[in-house]
Amino acid sequence: MRAFGFICVALLLVVAGCKKEDAKTPFEGFASPANFPQPTYNFAGNAVTEPGFLLGKKLFYDGRLSRDGSISCASCHISFSAFSHVDHSVSHGIDDRLGIRNAPAIQNMAWERFFFWDGGVFDLDLFSINPIQNHEEMDDTIPNVIAKLKADPEYVRQFKAAFGTEDVTPTRMFQALSQFMCMLVSNDSKYDKVLKGTATFTSAENLGKVAFEQKCASCHSGILFTDRTFKNNGLSLTGDLGRARVTLNPKDDHCFKVPSLRNIAKTNPYMHDGRFSTLERVLDHYASGVQNTPTLDTLLKQNGQLGIALTNDEKANIILFLNTLTDETFIKNPLFAQ
Amino acid sequence: MKTTKLILGLFAIATLALSSCKKDNNTSDIDPNRKGDIGLHFDNRAGAQDLVLNTQTYQNALGQDVNLSMFKYYISNIKLINKDGSTFTYPKDQSYFLVNEADANTQEIELTNVPEGDYTGVTFTVGVDSLKSTAPLAERTGVLDPAVGAAGMYWMWNSGYIFMKMEGTSPAAPLDTASGTRPFFYHIGLFGGYSTPTINNIKTVTVSFGSSVASVRQAKTSAPEAHLYVDALKVLNGTTNINIANYPVVMANPYSANIANNYKEMFSLDHVHND
Ligand code: HEC
Ligand code: HEC
Repeated sequence: MRAFGFICVALLLVVAGCKKEDAKTPFEGFASPANFPQPTYNFAGNAVTEPGFLLGKKLFYDGRLSRDGSISCASCHISFSAFSHVDHSVSHGIDDRLGIRNAPAIQNMAWERFFFWDGGVFDLDLFSINPIQNHEEMDDTIPNVIAKLKADPEYVRQFKAAFGTEDVTPTRMFQALSQFMCMLVSNDSKYDKVLKGTATFTSAENLGKVAFEQKCASCHSGILFTDRTFKNNGLSLTGDLGRARVTLNPKDDHCFKVPSLRNIAKTNPYMHDGRFSTLERVLDHYASGVQNTPTLDTLLKQNGQLGIALTNDEKANIILFLNTLTDETFIKNPLFAQ
Repeated sequence: MKTTKLILGLFAIATLALSSCKKDNNTSDIDPNRKGDIGLHFDNRAGAQDLVLNTQTYQNALGQDVNLSMFKYYISNIKLINKDGSTFTYPKDQSYFLVNEADANTQEIELTNVPEGDYTGVTFTVGVDSLKSTAPLAERTGVLDPAVGAAGMYWMWNSGYIFMKMEGTSPAAPLDTASGTRPFFYHIGLFGGYSTPTINNIKTVTVSFGSSVASVRQAKTSAPEAHLYVDALKVLNGTTNINIANYPVVMANPYSANIANNYKEMFSLDHVHND
């Protein structure tokens, strides 16, 4: 009897243990890493829930958001390149404005203060109307897209699960997309592991880090690798006025958002118009390509010298350091991939 | 008999009429706890004529012919000025309207639940205030919903409402080879910038009812109505007479301030009627 009881208990334990292993990890919602600043996204108005996130993910990967069904957000924001458009200098099929710009990574959006290279949009919820209605990009109208979603009972079910009622509205669609994008947090690169003490830099990476902190971190600063301002980093000028399009201030002519450098090895080509195909070209630009234009940032013309003095070793080490910002956990996270 | 009846009848009507007149004019009859309605009518004009889209040709102050195909503007944050010196601010969340020349329904703004009083004028914003221009998406409903009600009146790429939109054609405008027409576009917005200050084209306008008052009374079966003239040509004429040849497209750029300064003068009183 006793033995039987014991066996039963043991069996139960085993079964329970198995169950635990089988169940998928529970959805944890949005959590701000302890060493990140306060998020800027207004979660009070749109808390991330599992059904909301799943709806946002479905929308992000759905071609029905475009007129002919062929293009989804993920066509230009691909998970394995940190949700950027790898290898395309300017994104495909775009009108006067988006056609001149390179698709940036979508990562750590919850900390972003401004969206677009010129920062014209100041709230993530107000962003997604752009690609959908942009007539060269996804070329559909919001009422059309909403009608398509309403016709799909699965969407109606998911809107209800996410927002409580079956109303399929543009606002809810944008909020769900924001929930998905806010969950795209990258904070598990080698760099982060070194900070946590679970990995160590090679000596070359360490030299790269020191050089980066001296020469680059004044703009690409902090844990997000951006000071979240708009600057002119000395590119030769094109017709794109950048930030000045929004502020109408000539001081902002040709200034662009200082981008985060997280996952930078995965998001080529580089700069707002994708003019540099490799990080080597970027470093060459800072070392010897900086143009003295009227709004050039003063950090890039110190002591009568244009650009940033960099030896070949420093360039190589900085690139090794930048490679440590690649976050494979993030890029390969099945929660985010299609 | 017949005549007596008639006289009695006339007498009754006269007393009724008199008493109703009394009611309107006698301020002691006003109880601000009682609520009534008032209408604001936006009558779009081109100079002295009624505005007609597409088929009529008008001239601006520089003598350039213009043909308008679109004329829309936001009216918001309405306040009524009471004869007693106080003002009544219409509830802010209900106080956003988009007047569209192509849709007659939008030209009648019906304000309900207004305290009884004799009102001598109205103050409103032309455009959308900066607080609402930066509000969370969920608080932008109706004519402010960027994807629906505000479609065409919202800059997606530079988050903000277009306060006034006028489009049309003019022989003075450069030829657009694609369409074979000579179009001009005045899309005026800009609320002052989200974090870095930029141009602020939000305008506040007051139109006095002159010697008239609009008497809001709960008991009234038909609400008083203030008819405002809105002269669309004043978008082009004023402190800066807009030369369509030089400025066929004005959107989010510094020159927009000139047009906003012009159109804040386009409102005037036609008349007020109380029955
Ligand atoms: C055809 C390619 C394309 C498609 C499709 C596309 N995007 Fe983009 N996306 C871009 C480009 C290019 C930019 C940068 C434009 C600029 O800055 O002017 C961008 C920028 C963004 C940004 C701003 C990131 C930042 O850091 O400023 C977000 C967020 C974004 N896209 C989300 C989406 C969503 C959501 C969808 C689907 C509804 C989508 N995109 C569809 C090309 C695309
Ligand atoms: C004065 C501020 C400033 C300094 C200093 C600076 N950057 Fe940048 N960086 C920028 C700006 C602004 C951009 C975006 C420019 C654009 O696209 O027009 C940028 C873009 C980049 C990009 C491309 C990112 C992308 O997503 O396309 C890389 C890589 C980069 N910088 C690396 C560096 C390195 C490495 C250093 C130091 C050697 C450095 N930066 C120093 C301001 C700066």
